[in-house]
Amino acid sequence: MDQSRIRNFSIIAHIDHGKSTLADRLLERTGAISERDMRSQLLDEMELERERGITIKANAVRIDYDADDGTSYELNLIDTPGHVDFSYEVSRSLAACEGALLLVDASQGIEAQTLANAYLAVESGLEIIPVINKIDLPAADPDRVADEISAVLGGSPDEAIRVSAKSGEGIDQLLRAIVERLPEPAGDPDGELRALVFDSYYDTYRGVVSLIRVVDGSITKGDSIRLMAHEQDLTADEIGVRRPAMEPTGSLDAGEVGYLITGVKDIDLIRVGDTVTWGDVPAADALSGYAEPKPMVFSGLFPTDGDDFERLREALEKLRLNDSSLVYQAETSRALGFGFRAGFLGLLHMEIVRERLEREYDLDLVATAPSVQYVAHLTDGTDRVVQSPQDLPDAGNLASIDEPYVKVMIITPSEYIGTVMELVQSKRGIMGEMTYLSPERVELHYEMPLAEIVFDFFDQLKSRTRGYASLDYEPSDYRPSELVRVDILLNGQPVDAFSTIVHKDGAYTYGRAMVKKLRELIPRQLFDVPIQAAIGSRIISRETVKAKRKDVTAKCYGGDITRKRKLLERQKEGKKRMKMVGSVEVPQEAFVAALKINDE
Amino acid sequence: MSEPAHRPSSARLLSASDPDLADAANGWKSAYLHIPFCRRRCPYCDFAIVDESEVATDHRRYVDAVAREIRMEPGIGRLDAINVGGGTPSVIDPGLLALLLDILEDEFGFAPDVERSIEINPEDWTDERGREWVQMGFDRLSIGAQSFDDDVLGALGRMHRSATVDDVIGAARGAGFRSINVDVIFGHPAESDAAWETTMRSVVGTDVDHVSTYALTVEPGTDLAAEVRSGRPAPDDDTQADRYEQFVERASASGFERYEVSNHARTGHACRYNLSTWAHGEYLGFGLGAHDHRWGQRGRNHRRLDRYLEAVDRGERPRLGVETLDEPSQQRDRLMLGLRLAAGTPMTEVADAFVHSPAGIRFLDAGVMRVEGDRLVVANPLLADGVAREALSVSVPDC
Repeated sequence: MDQSRIRNFSIIAHIDHGKSTLADRLLERTGAISERDMRSQLLDEMELERERGITIKANAVRIDYDADDGTSYELNLIDTPGHVDFSYEVSRSLAACEGALLLVDASQGIEAQTLANAYLAVESGLEIIPVINKIDLPAADPDRVADEISAVLGGSPDEAIRVSAKSGEGIDQLLRAIVERLPEPAGDPDGELRALVFDSYYDTYRGVVSLIRVVDGSITKGDSIRLMAHEQDLTADEIGVRRPAMEPTGSLDAGEVGYLITGVKDIDLIRVGDTVTWGDVPAADALSGYAEPKPMVFSGLFPTDGDDFERLREALEKLRLNDSSLVYQAETSRALGFGFRAGFLGLLHMEIVRERLEREYDLDLVATAPSVQYVAHLTDGTDRVVQSPQDLPDAGNLASIDEPYVKVMIITPSEYIGTVMELVQSKRGIMGEMTYLSPERVELHYEMPLAEIVFDFFDQLKSRTRGYASLDYEPSDYRPSELVRVDILLNGQPVDAFSTIVHKDGAYTYGRAMVKKLRELIPRQLFDVPIQAAIGSRIISRETVKAKRKDVTAKCYGGDITRKRKLLERQKEGKKRMKMVGSVEVPQEAFVAALKINDE
Repeated sequence: MSEPAHRPSSARLLSASDPDLADAANGWKSAYLHIPFCRRRCPYCDFAIVDESEVATDHRRYVDAVAREIRMEPGIGRLDAINVGGGTPSVIDPGLLALLLDILEDEFGFAPDVERSIEINPEDWTDERGREWVQMGFDRLSIGAQSFDDDVLGALGRMHRSATVDDVIGAARGAGFRSINVDVIFGHPAESDAAWETTMRSVVGTDVDHVSTYALTVEPGTDLAAEVRSGRPAPDDDTQADRYEQFVERASASGFERYEVSNHARTGHACRYNLSTWAHGEYLGFGLGAHDHRWGQRGRNHRRLDRYLEAVDRGERPRLGVETLDEPSQQRDRLMLGLRLAAGTPMTEVADAFVHSPAGIRFLDAGVMRVEGDRLVVANPLLADGVAREALSVSVPDC
């Protein structure tokens, strides 16, 4: 296809602003999918994605569009993850496009993550078409939202296209704008092949399927190809496009988007961001922007039943087939036995992985409170990377500790500025710029330790702004901090899985709150269970779970032993989700108690 | 010359918590007759009863149905114990009870020293009725005293006053009952320490042979449960534990021996029906909502009177369901039940497996449970369910 008749674009949107519905409508309007086959959120294939209404994996679908003047266009809609955890994936998806639809809810206005992604798109040189959705809702205020977008991104408020993805209103106008306003691809059709891998997933039958955007040259079935970052030579077994079902085409030309199957089973060989070129006549330079996925958040994953360790290992291996950003290594905890220390892109990623392990692989897991990656400088001059609090060297050997900082952007209604500032300061945030998007909404910038965000920052931000504030962050640097490890002792024994690294100024408060929370969460046992918080050998707080006094039914009515047995069995079933730590039964939620100590 | 312990007559010489008695009870056969009628339902009660303040019923029709049900039963041999419970057996004409006892004896036969026990409410006692009950063969009287404090009785929704109970006990002795029990419910939030002290003092100072002390339990679907849900205080576990321990100590000092979690008796007065239930003995059950246990099966009757009567009218057993237990499950049941007995339970294979399981070791280490010779005994009866819960999930070695 002539590049002048190709348009590649993605949709940038906040959760619930209607991205999937808009995609569904575009497919339906152009006849890419018949109404009969229409199911909502067509592009979101994973069960979890449908349930949570979010996009986790990227996707790409080709749409044939006949313009009013009779010209046929090939539109490639590249669906991207919307969440901050997946910002690298977002950046690669954007790199595969010339334009983006910035989709904003007509009553909500623009949100932090959306804005961050929109900035990313602008920086990548993409043409933006603002689209204001849900204009049919009673609370819609499209004029205000159009002004807001124009204030942050420039351009005239009139440029925004107003649609209702639900009813289909404005969709034709939007399709015209895509063709008229978005630039055509500008690669060299006659050059050596350079194609960007913007997603890869594992298919049980086909092996690794990669979504690619051909920038220069072309790729044909049977070509010998090379992945430039990993210098991996492979063969293009199948080339095609998704509509959204896979449809082999034999080749893809410059400017086109489609899929590539090479028969390899190892997803690490074809990583997101890598460049595909010809094996025999390789391009001189790879496309820019490749980066190894970098886990930001770490958590211990342990099977509640120690016998499930192997099943957990197999499940992680399978998940990784589809998710090269998931990293893990075996870890042994004195309290929890054998498990894994896993690294995630962020909290949502962590939550998703855990939920998939439990749901798709039927595992019962204990997950420890998330931690970030610290760098410990030892007195002997060496450095040590610390991903788990229990790995922090003793104070005696420790010269200093560096912790990761992030740049934070918060967009909030201006009435909450005070409360947001208060929260961020309590989390060691350093105030940066403040910009009014409109008289009612303000964009705040901070630098903050990632560890503070990893705890309960987002929940607190939401609850203090009644859900109106939105948050985005990106890694900045490592900085020295006065950190200490707070250990928790149950029954006099330190429980490694409860250890947490916190700033020394907050250590006492944290220890006291944690011990109090654990006293609430740990049920009464056969004996008194002292719970202590300690820094080194110094006990900073103590509570006791008193021994259980009574656990017996008075009688058994009329010899109904069946009922009694069933009751006991049911109660026992409820106890299964407890983990034995030494001789103490600890419920799973206790291991993430650190995240909940501010609930009161 | 003493008879072997499995004979009830010599069993009467054994202390209530004697292991030989518990083992003998495993071989006893008993029968339970359910008389579901009550003048009104007590707020804590979830039994299968008919509240006569709401529905008037024909006692005769019910008793006839029970009689037919008894005749449908092939039996398990001669009976060592009969328990007539409810509901309130004392609200119906004693003649009707005599009819049922006669049929039971005709059908199955009674051991020479059979125990025949009847539950009554104190307000139903008259000397004449007492004489009739003794005449038709009842030798054991169980009085629903519940408390010796009138405020607590009010809170429990009972119709009698504490003075009545004293009178009934004296009169029952005069009427010739061999063995007298009082039921006590403790730990109602309205029960003060002083009220509990009064009850304890009265119980141990009264001429009774047996005491059943039940911690008040909030059963789903009862008025009490509704009250608690609406914010009224619930019974407190720690308070109940205190009261339980106080009572065991007090009763023991007065010559009562605790032989089961909630039951205390003087020598020779352990309730045979009760003991056989916990010793995994076999029993028949007749009447509304009654349960039985024989041949490795546990059956239960309809709990609704209309269904019960209809089934019997059709000539069918009024069954709601039967559960058949395989050998390991029966062993586990015996273990679970035996853990409630002060005499404990014989060290069967499943008990042995439990003792060596991680949970079993934990209970032994904590002193909650101990091995006494060839028996496994729960040392702290207040934690018996915690032990049973773990014991139930022990896998039985191949047998």
